[in-house]
Amino acid sequence: MSEHRGVFVFSDKHDLTLEILGKAREIADRLQTELSAVLIGHNLQERADEMIRCGADKVYLADNQALERFQAEAYLGVLYGLALGYKPEIILIGSTKNGKPLAARLATRLETGCVPDCARLSVDEQKRLVGDRITYGGNAVARVTFKKKPQIATVPARAFEKPEPKDRKGQLVQLDVKIEQPKTETIETKPLETSNVRIEEAEVIVSCGRGLEKKEDKVLLDELATALCGQVGCSRPLAEDRKWFSEWVGLSGHKVKPKLYIACGISGVIQHVAGIRDAKVIVAINKDPEAPIFEIADYGVVGNLYEILPALKEAVKKQLQ
Amino acid sequence: MKRIIVCLKQAVDVSQLKVDSASRQLLTASAPRKMSDFDKNGLDEAIKIKEKLGDAEVCTVTVSSEDAKAVLREGLAMGADRAYLVSDPGLKDMDTSGTAYVLSEAVRKIGEYSLILCGETSLDSFSGLVGPRLAELLNLPQMTSVRKITVEGDTVIAERTLEEAVETMKAKMPALVSVTREINQPRIPSLMMIMRASKKEIVTWTASDLNLQKNKIDSKIELIEVLAPKTERKKIKITGENPQEIADKLAKALIQDGIIGR
Repeated sequence: MSEHRGVFVFSDKHDLTLEILGKAREIADRLQTELSAVLIGHNLQERADEMIRCGADKVYLADNQALERFQAEAYLGVLYGLALGYKPEIILIGSTKNGKPLAARLATRLETGCVPDCARLSVDEQKRLVGDRITYGGNAVARVTFKKKPQIATVPARAFEKPEPKDRKGQLVQLDVKIEQPKTETIETKPLETSNVRIEEAEVIVSCGRGLEKKEDKVLLDELATALCGQVGCSRPLAEDRKWFSEWVGLSGHKVKPKLYIACGISGVIQHVAGIRDAKVIVAINKDPEAPIFEIADYGVVGNLYEILPALKEAVKKQLQ
Repeated sequence: MKRIIVCLKQAVDVSQLKVDSASRQLLTASAPRKMSDFDKNGLDEAIKIKEKLGDAEVCTVTVSSEDAKAVLREGLAMGADRAYLVSDPGLKDMDTSGTAYVLSEAVRKIGEYSLILCGETSLDSFSGLVGPRLAELLNLPQMTSVRKITVEGDTVIAERTLEEAVETMKAKMPALVSVTREINQPRIPSLMMIMRASKKEIVTWTASDLNLQKNKIDSKIELIEVLAPKTERKKIKITGENPQEIADKLAKALIQDGIIGR
């Protein structure tokens, strides 16, 4: 176990790699070891420099035309080869739709543990990696550590801040890549049919739940969101059951961390709450004074959203003038 | 004949889970259990594929305690043909690596198959690792986050929802597919189906039936604690004579907090 040294970081999303590098730099310093980023793709060399400026001591570059886009087996083969050859003690992987299964399969191949979606990471007295993750549908946070190395954890987007790039030096290591035979073939990729705004990036979210009676009434939310330069969201029933939206906020949907989250007619089931826990300020508007959403709100208004929302829009406009 | 194997989990019904507010401990022991939602979507999809193909069989498998038979029973009522339970006191406290390993051995014992369907993640632990781990152990093509499945001959075509794209993929079967809740609205079994299912056999295997190796069952991770998160919200109720007064007070409070403003 002691022969494992170093921290490796990989994500199929460049920004997420940089975010993880910031945290991984702290961990590597604490362990007095080296931090390496893994860069897989084709003609991406300019990204290596940014990775170094964001904290990497080394960048392992797997450059090959066959790696131009994500392919599960091909990428797995690169990471597995690296893990066997360099024996890192920690491998942090971006928890994207492709990254998480990749981490799971890498851990399986290396016969080690994997802790997914760590929103916090630390190192304990025995120098083991410790990850905190939401579990039981948002009812709890599990603190987990490892019994084997390498210790593999996945890290969701926006869990850590992208570090300020510094003027620092690092080493670029070109890998000699053997491409593992793909087992799947991508036939087509098209953009996801959604509102083209990314709700995770919104500073203000006005969100509605089952208290919204008709699809057309969304306009009330749109107007308030516009006045606040924010975006509109919803809870799961409005997307999955009523199909009024294509995406929703919650544990199984988008996890958001805006400055302001206004929950309108949302009862506040634990799965929804888990998706908004990191909001700076939560406002709840609900007819039912017993709605659980009030328990996690900074400001609660017991009232009819059809009356409060237009009034709030006017109030905001007035105050901001 | 094509065989479709569906992995089911008996999960804690998180919507009915209670928390002891003083200690922040979860009262999991007393919480009701149910079939994990995502797995139910997987099972419904397997039955749909069988209905389309005609000549097919749907098997369900779970690694759990004896009381998970209720979940397998429900699966049979929905339309599964066979149900397998792997249950052994030695299989407690496994992590995802152990669960995937036991499932892989159970799948091998069931025999030939064309497809394995899993839920994208589980309702309670929400890890999403067992499907891909199982694919790796069985050396199968893996497709995750799938919202649509089409079987054509010996090929499976799956539509995956990624962060910003929809990816259509194909693979030669046998393959493993993890489904999202978008894929279908699971059927509710009729009373007749429930009655019929109660007569079907549930095959139960122990660790020795599957010749399981101890080192592969042992957890590779260590749970330090599981606690309800602290909520530090202000919980201020804003009241007033009329909606506009309430709205004005709220807007003022948000401006004072520096949350909205120019």
